[in-house]
Amino acid sequence: MALRLPFRRKDKSSPRSPQALQDRRRRLVTTPEGVPLPFVLASRGARAAALFLDLAMIVGAMIGTTLLIAYAANGVGINFNNDDSPAGRAVQALVVVWTIALFLFRNAWFLFFELGPRGATPGKRITGIRVAARARGKDGARLTTEAVIARNLVRDIELFMPVIFIIVASVEGGDTEMAAWAGLVWFLLFALFPFFNRDRLRCGDLIAGTWVVEAPKRKLEQALSVSDGARGVSQATGVQYRFSDADLAVYGEFELQVLERVLRENREDALRDVARTICGKIGWNAGAGDERAFLEAYYAQLRARLETGMRFGKRKADKHG
Amino acid sequence: MNSVTTGIAQKIGGWFAKPTEAAVAAEQAALRSDRFRLEREADWKRLEAVLKRMEAGRTRGVSDEDLLALPALYRTAASSLSIARETSLDAALVAYLEALTQRAWFLVYGPRASLWSWFRGFVGGGWSASVRGLGIDLLIALALMIAGTAVGWLLVASNPDWYYSLVPGGFADERVPGASREVLHGTLFGNQDQNGMSVFAAGLFSNNAQVSIMCFALGFAFGLPTMLLLVHNTALLGAMLWLYHGQGLLLDFVGWLAIHGTTELFAILLAGAAGIHIGRAMAFPGTMSVMDAAAAAGRRAAQVMTGVVLMLIVAALLEGFGRQLIDSTPSRLTVGSFMLVLWTGYFFAFRRDAR
Repeated sequence: MALRLPFRRKDKSSPRSPQALQDRRRRLVTTPEGVPLPFVLASRGARAAALFLDLAMIVGAMIGTTLLIAYAANGVGINFNNDDSPAGRAVQALVVVWTIALFLFRNAWFLFFELGPRGATPGKRITGIRVAARARGKDGARLTTEAVIARNLVRDIELFMPVIFIIVASVEGGDTEMAAWAGLVWFLLFALFPFFNRDRLRCGDLIAGTWVVEAPKRKLEQALSVSDGARGVSQATGVQYRFSDADLAVYGEFELQVLERVLRENREDALRDVARTICGKIGWNAGAGDERAFLEAYYAQLRARLETGMRFGKRKADKHG
Repeated sequence: MNSVTTGIAQKIGGWFAKPTEAAVAAEQAALRSDRFRLEREADWKRLEAVLKRMEAGRTRGVSDEDLLALPALYRTAASSLSIARETSLDAALVAYLEALTQRAWFLVYGPRASLWSWFRGFVGGGWSASVRGLGIDLLIALALMIAGTAVGWLLVASNPDWYYSLVPGGFADERVPGASREVLHGTLFGNQDQNGMSVFAAGLFSNNAQVSIMCFALGFAFGLPTMLLLVHNTALLGAMLWLYHGQGLLLDFVGWLAIHGTTELFAILLAGAAGIHIGRAMAFPGTMSVMDAAAAAGRRAAQVMTGVVLMLIVAALLEGFGRQLIDSTPSRLTVGSFMLVLWTGYFFAFRRDAR
């Protein structure tokens, strides 16, 4: 009897399936302790969204600063021409502060946040990604201050150059349309750069030796084999579920993990479907209503069997193996 | 830890109070991976709490004990992960440990220094070391700048019309070929009473910094745009030199320029060299892969560039204040050459033993 949906393996031959796409973004990096850790490269969409959020915040901060300084200038009495009066000097000082503040917002925003413990700007934090040092070969590297500086200096030309093209052209009375086209080509060149390399690097990442990965976040789930059901005793009926070796031999690690997922999600109909499938497979006839206890018992005993095999170097990848 | 282990012991004790033989065999095996987990769970939770606080930027809120224990906790998590992968089929547990280890790895192997202590190391040797590390690229950039100046001079000397195409309109105002000696002299001296110098200086800095960042960042295209930018900017200089030379004001112009120019041109030289450094590393990566070569060069160049921005701040201050306040050619030349000696000495004579 063929297994039903929850146990069906994802079709590996199709490279477009979500699983395959996820695999293409995974990179195994070995820590100095020799433990391989999986990194998932950030999707290009998440990175673009993070950038837009950051830019919006920077523009907001710039406008806020400008308003604040204008307010302060208003306080001293706006006076740009007349210079030796105290008010004139105060306004001059404010203009200096304003110029420096805008320079800092433009250049130091990314720097400041990416050097922090999260390695992410507010935009990146919202989209759940962060900057990390690119692995050299297989070995993980330390993210250095210089690397963060380098990747952000390059951002300046990737992003702001087209704007400068257009401004320069219009100030100097040049061909604004031409400049706009040049700016567009320039922008596309850099915006499309991450599409043409395996690790989705933009130019700044390439030069700095960094990449952008998904920030890991996971809660510790409940241990599944400490409940009553896992001991084989059903609380609802008091029945003891005990499975023979032959009953357990039909499934492998892949099916065990599907079962784990079903148990953790704890959806009534999924539990019922899976319990029915297993019963069909091993030729049992369990009544309805006690599926969770049945599955917990089956899970614990199957895992015990497979883990024992594991310790002796015998692994069973799935029901076919 | 102790309370946890005794708790587990009790739990396990209760578990096997009345076991049947088969159940014992099955349950003991099932338990082994989960028992492993329960024994270490407290350490993981502790690590997670420390990570959470540090990631939120509240390092001060973490107790000294926890902070000192962080590397050990990280290694515990890493080794737990290795063991779990070999012995446990609990996918959620392995995923949790992977994420936990990764988060700790980011912190333990993250940017080592705070911005401030990084800056101290940078000023106290890191900067000059990375400037020296540029090596031959400094000479290439210098040669290009000299060549650019010569080209600018020669072009304008052969045909003064070139002046208008080399010097952008906003720059040139009254300084054009054919201007009288008095006009040119007036641009160099006697601006003490000019106002708005601080604003001027801040604007200059912002502008110059942006240009030099561009010089650096364009290096990824094998350094070619950087070279063009260097030549173009110094050609402008050559044209101006020619203009003042024509009215016998060459030395005065050099003095006017030198007071900030030695710092500013030095900074542009470094930015250009940094760009060429990256370009050269990508074109001729040697035994490394292109990616690794670019990354190594990029990190060194980034350090140089941070210094360039600092130099440009100094240059803007000198230009905004010093030039207007010091109004005679000899003292301008003195300040200019003093700055040149200072920078050269700092970069090439100041060496600190690498530890």
